[in-house]
Amino acid sequence: MTSVIFAKNRREKAGYTMSHGVLLKITNLDVFHGTFQALWDVSLEVRRGEILALIGANTSGKTTLLDTISGLLHPAKGSIEFEGKDISGLDPYQIVELGITQIPEGRCIFPDVSVLDNLIIGSYSRKARSKREQNLKKVYEHFPILEERRRQIAKTLSGGEQQMLVIGRGLMADPKLMLIDEMSLGLAPRVIDELFKALKEIGERGITILFVEQNVKRTLQEADRAYILETGRVALAGTAAELQEEDQIKKAYFGL
Amino acid sequence: MVGSGDIITPLIMGFLLGGLYALIAMGLSMVFGVMRLINLAHGDLVILGSYIAYALMAILGLDPILGLVISLPVMFALGFGIQKYLMGRAFGISTEAPLIIAFGISLIIQNANQIAWTPLSRSLNTSYSLMSFSIGQRQFPLSYLLDFIAGILVMLALREFLTRTYLGRAITAASQDKRAAQLMGINTRRIYGYAFAIAMLSAAIAGVFMGMTFPFTPFSGISFLTIAFGTVIIGGLGSMLGTFLGGIILGMVQTLGGYFFGPASQMLIVYIIVLLILAIRPQGLFGR
Repeated sequence: MTSVIFAKNRREKAGYTMSHGVLLKITNLDVFHGTFQALWDVSLEVRRGEILALIGANTSGKTTLLDTISGLLHPAKGSIEFEGKDISGLDPYQIVELGITQIPEGRCIFPDVSVLDNLIIGSYSRKARSKREQNLKKVYEHFPILEERRRQIAKTLSGGEQQMLVIGRGLMADPKLMLIDEMSLGLAPRVIDELFKALKEIGERGITILFVEQNVKRTLQEADRAYILETGRVALAGTAAELQEEDQIKKAYFGL
Repeated sequence: MVGSGDIITPLIMGFLLGGLYALIAMGLSMVFGVMRLINLAHGDLVILGSYIAYALMAILGLDPILGLVISLPVMFALGFGIQKYLMGRAFGISTEAPLIIAFGISLIIQNANQIAWTPLSRSLNTSYSLMSFSIGQRQFPLSYLLDFIAGILVMLALREFLTRTYLGRAITAASQDKRAAQLMGINTRRIYGYAFAIAMLSAAIAGVFMGMTFPFTPFSGISFLTIAFGTVIIGGLGSMLGTFLGGIILGMVQTLGGYFFGPASQMLIVYIIVLLILAIRPQGLFGR
């Protein structure tokens, strides 16, 4: 009897650590574009509930990494485990179904349909359809402007609003993990502040976030932890506070 | 001027005929929009629809429109199969491979029809397809009116489907941005299958109404492929309404061309207009 209670306690403990445990584990990943190797032996962990940043210059392999997680690319070597299951051989739609949604860069909305239709298509996966109205309400809470503009054709939105729309569309998929690629690209600082605020709120709902940025200083303010990619390799990793103190970063990115 | 009588008659004839042209072009437009594939077999698939209706009429005595109950599921399954087992694999090889496959399908359908039905000209004659109706003093074939009604109904049905259902929305999304669609959890390979199958449905319907309007042979496909091309170029890709209006313009250009320059040059006039539109507005009159 005691042992049963003991086991139950342990399970609960395990559950607690699980919720702060590893959600996505990438091990020794090599990815090629044709004959060009874009990622070299990349290992990385995303912990449940955190806001994790992936920092790097153009062509450092950030988008390649996101696309590989999303199943648009398949690794030549290495594994990607999501909630303990290897997903590296799955198709993009199966990965969305499991709860990983990518918000691609460049605000790729569906330009010629309404804002609402863009959001609805976000809930295409079987699991997300039944939660459609519920998630739509959440999206409108984060981005009230989208509710105001829901009947408008998507391409008529401003750049910032389009970015809100793609993030909202991603939320409609009811994700556990959101991969966000360069959301601040080409946007005004005020809009970027707004987006990061929304990101924090989304994180508070229990959605884990992995976001990619080029702006190191800003990113380290917003993230819990960060990985720094250089030419397809993980150059540094640590908590945001640790990385801010790192000499290498000070030299390379802050010019100190 | 070759034209005899008033200009109203060819105007109305062209307008009604445009519904048929739109019907023929919708499937071509959909496959191109979603898969970026110029389906060279589309005209032959329309003719296949005509021959299936002809066979059902000859063997079972079935009315061609009622025959759709049988031919639609057959064409749907055939379309899904062609996409899954032929086109889908060809897409993995190169961008030209699907084009060659389409050309091959076109040849196979032509020759199969020739073996089955001889090269003789056939038509889907029913009691009502030879009737006429009148507007004022002018008489028009009833089949032209049926063409137009069918064109409008299929256009509206496709529009509703593409904007109201999850599957339709997914097809629209895949045609606007494939990568983004995949990231939304859309299985684009299956979507391609559905798009091709739906194009086959429209081809089956177009085949029935075309066959009630014009006689056809196993080799008529090419002329309907060119008409479909013209319609899509005039109307522009992207919207079913654009395709519909493109069909109507093409129909009217054709009948007016015949009125002013004689029936021998009517298609020439059509293609001069198509070329002009390509040069001035390559995205089509109603395209994005």
